[in-house]
Amino acid sequence: MIEAWQFLMRNPEVVAGWTLEHLWIVLVACGFAVILGVPLGIYISGRGREHIADPVLYLAEIMMTVPSLALFGLVMAILASLGLRAIGFTPAIIALIIYAQLPILRNTYTAIRQVDPAMIEAGKGMGMNERQLLFKVKLPLSVPVIMAGVRNAVVMTIAIAAIAAIIGAGGLGKAIWWGLRGARMDLILVGGIGVSILGLLADAFMSRVERWVTPKGLRM
Amino acid sequence: MIRLEEVTKVFPDGTEAIREATFEVEQGEVCVLLGPSGCGKTTTMRVINRLIPITSGKIYIDGVDNSSIDEDELRRNIGYAIQDIGLFPHMTVRQNIETVPVLKGWPKAEREKRVEELLELMRMDPGEFMNRYPSELSGGQRQRVGVARSLGADPQILLMDEPFGAIDPITRIELQDEFLKIQRKIKKTIIFVTHDIYEAIKMGDRIALMNEGRLVQYDTPANLLYRPKNEFVEKFVGTDRALKGLQLIRVKELMCGSPPTVKTDEPAEAARECMEREGINQMVVICKAGKFLGWVEWTDLEKGEMVGEIMKPSSDFATIDAVLNEALSIMLSTRRNSLAIVNEDNGLAGVLSFDAIQEALGEMAQRGEIE
Ligand SMILES: Nc1ncnc2c1ncn2[C@@H]1O[C@H](COP(=O)(O)OP(=O)(O)OP(=O)(O)O)[C@@H](O)[C@H]1O
Ligand SMILES: [Mg+2]
Repeated sequence: MIEAWQFLMRNPEVVAGWTLEHLWIVLVACGFAVILGVPLGIYISGRGREHIADPVLYLAEIMMTVPSLALFGLVMAILASLGLRAIGFTPAIIALIIYAQLPILRNTYTAIRQVDPAMIEAGKGMGMNERQLLFKVKLPLSVPVIMAGVRNAVVMTIAIAAIAAIIGAGGLGKAIWWGLRGARMDLILVGGIGVSILGLLADAFMSRVERWVTPKGLRM
Repeated sequence: MIRLEEVTKVFPDGTEAIREATFEVEQGEVCVLLGPSGCGKTTTMRVINRLIPITSGKIYIDGVDNSSIDEDELRRNIGYAIQDIGLFPHMTVRQNIETVPVLKGWPKAEREKRVEELLELMRMDPGEFMNRYPSELSGGQRQRVGVARSLGADPQILLMDEPFGAIDPITRIELQDEFLKIQRKIKKTIIFVTHDIYEAIKMGDRIALMNEGRLVQYDTPANLLYRPKNEFVEKFVGTDRALKGLQLIRVKELMCGSPPTVKTDEPAEAARECMEREGINQMVVICKAGKFLGWVEWTDLEKGEMVGEIMKPSSDFATIDAVLNEALSIMLSTRRNSLAIVNEDNGLAGVLSFDAIQEALGEMAQRGEIE
C-alpha cells in the first residue's frame, strides 16, 4: 500500500498518463458503441423487424456472458485471419466496442419497445409519420433508459479496458499487467485502485449526464 | 360531414369490433357514441382516421372516401383526443398543443397565438400554464390540455374519446357546459365517445348507441329515451326514464325564445298594456343591451312611473345549456312560476314557464312514458 503511494508520489505524471490513456480508450470505445448501438437498437425495434431483433438480442445476451478474455482472443483470431494486426490499440478498441455496445443496444431496443402505446396512438393520431414519431416521441421518451445503458457500458468498459492491456491497449491495465509480470506490488495496486476509483467517478459523472440529457418533463 | 357505410372491422384474432355500421354525422353536429365497454366505440374512431384499416365498407369525410386521402394528411385535419389523454410528458403544455400546427408548418407567431387562444378557451391562464409539463398539472387540467391539443390546428372534424372520462363529477359538468358553449361558437363536426348516458344526452345532437359492434339505434336523445328501438336500448336507458327525462331535457328545448320584455326606461303603463295583451301577471325586465335584470309584477304596477322604479331585481336564472332538473330546482327556490334563461354573455335568451314543463311531462305521459 505504502509502496503504491510512494510510486504515485514519485511518478505522478506517469500515473496521470496511464489514467488519461485509460479514459481515452473508454471514451473512444463507448463513443463508437453509442454510434453503433443506438441506431442498431432503433432499427431492430421497428415494426415488422421482430425476426431480426430476436436473433440480434439473443446474440448480444450470449456475448455478454462470454468472458472478456475469451472475447479478446476471439477478436484477435478474427483479425489475424483477415490478415490484420491482432495486437495493439485497434484490436483492443474493436473488442471493447463490441462489448460496450451490448447494454446500449439492448436498452435502446427495450426503451423504444416500451414506449406507452397511448403516446404512439396520440402521435400517429395527430398525423406524425414514422420518422416524426421516432424523433419527436419515441426517442425523447427513451432517453432515460438508453442513458442507463450507456452508463452501464462506460462503467463496464473501464473495468474491461484494464484487461485489454494484455493485447496492448495501454492505460491503467498496463500497470497491473507489468506489476503481475515483474512481481511489483506497487504497480498492481496503482493500477487496480486507479481503475476502481475511475469506475466510481465515471458512475457518478454518468448519473449526472443521465439527468442532464433527460427531457425536463420526465425528470422526477 | 362523416359518413360510414356498412363498415365492418374484424381484428386478426377474429374479434368483430364493428359490424356493418352505417350512419352519418352532419356538418356542425355532435354525435355521441354510446355503449358498454368493448362495444367498439374506440375502434370506430380509429377506423375513421385510419389508425387501423377497415375490413369492409366505406368511410367518407366531407364526401371523400377516406382511403383515398394521404393518411398523415387525413389525421392532421381531424382532431383526435385519445381515451387516455396521452399528453407527451417530455413536452410543455405549449409544445403539446402546437403539435399539429408544427407538423403543418405554421409560422411561430401564429402558433403562439393559437396556443394562447386555446388555453383561454379552456379557461386556463396561458401565462401560468403554457410552460408547465403535464406532470405539473391536475387530472382535469390535463384533460383540458388534451382537448385543446385536439383543436390545435383548428380542424373541422373532431374525434373525442371520453374526453371528460377521468374527471370528478363537478368539474365534469363544468367542462361539459364549457364544451357546449364552445361548440355553439365553433360548430365543429364531432364524434364524442362516452359510456355515460347522462353525458350522452346532454352533449349529443344525436346518439349512436352501440352494442357488441352493432349500431343498435341512431337517434336524437329524446327519441332514444322515449322511443327505444328494442329491449337493449330500453335496458340501457334504464327504468327511471321519467326522472331521466327531466334530468336530460335541455332548458332551451322547452323555453319560450321570444318572451315579452320591457326595458327599465319604459313607463309602467307599457308593461301593463303588454301584460293585459298577453294575459300574464309578470314580465321580464332587461337593460338596453338585452341583459336580464329582473321582473316586474302586475301588483306592483301602481307603485311607480317607470319600470326601473318598480321592478324586482333578480339574479336567479339558468343558462340555456342547463338541464330541466337544474332549472326546476332554481325555479322552486324563487317561488316564481317562470325562470329567466340567459346565454353565455348573460343576454336574455328566453323564459321557461312551469306550465311548459308540465305540458312536456304531460306529453311524455301520454306517450306512455311515465308509468
Ligand atoms: N388491436 C386489437 N386486436 C384485437 N381485438 C381488439 C383490438 N382492439 C380492440 N379489440 C377488441 O375490439 C372490441 C372493441 O374494442 P374498443 O376498444 O373499440 O371498445 P370500446 O367501446 O372503446 O370500449 P371502452 O368503453 O372500454 O373504451 C373489444 O372486444 C376489444 O377487445
Ligand atoms: Mg374505448
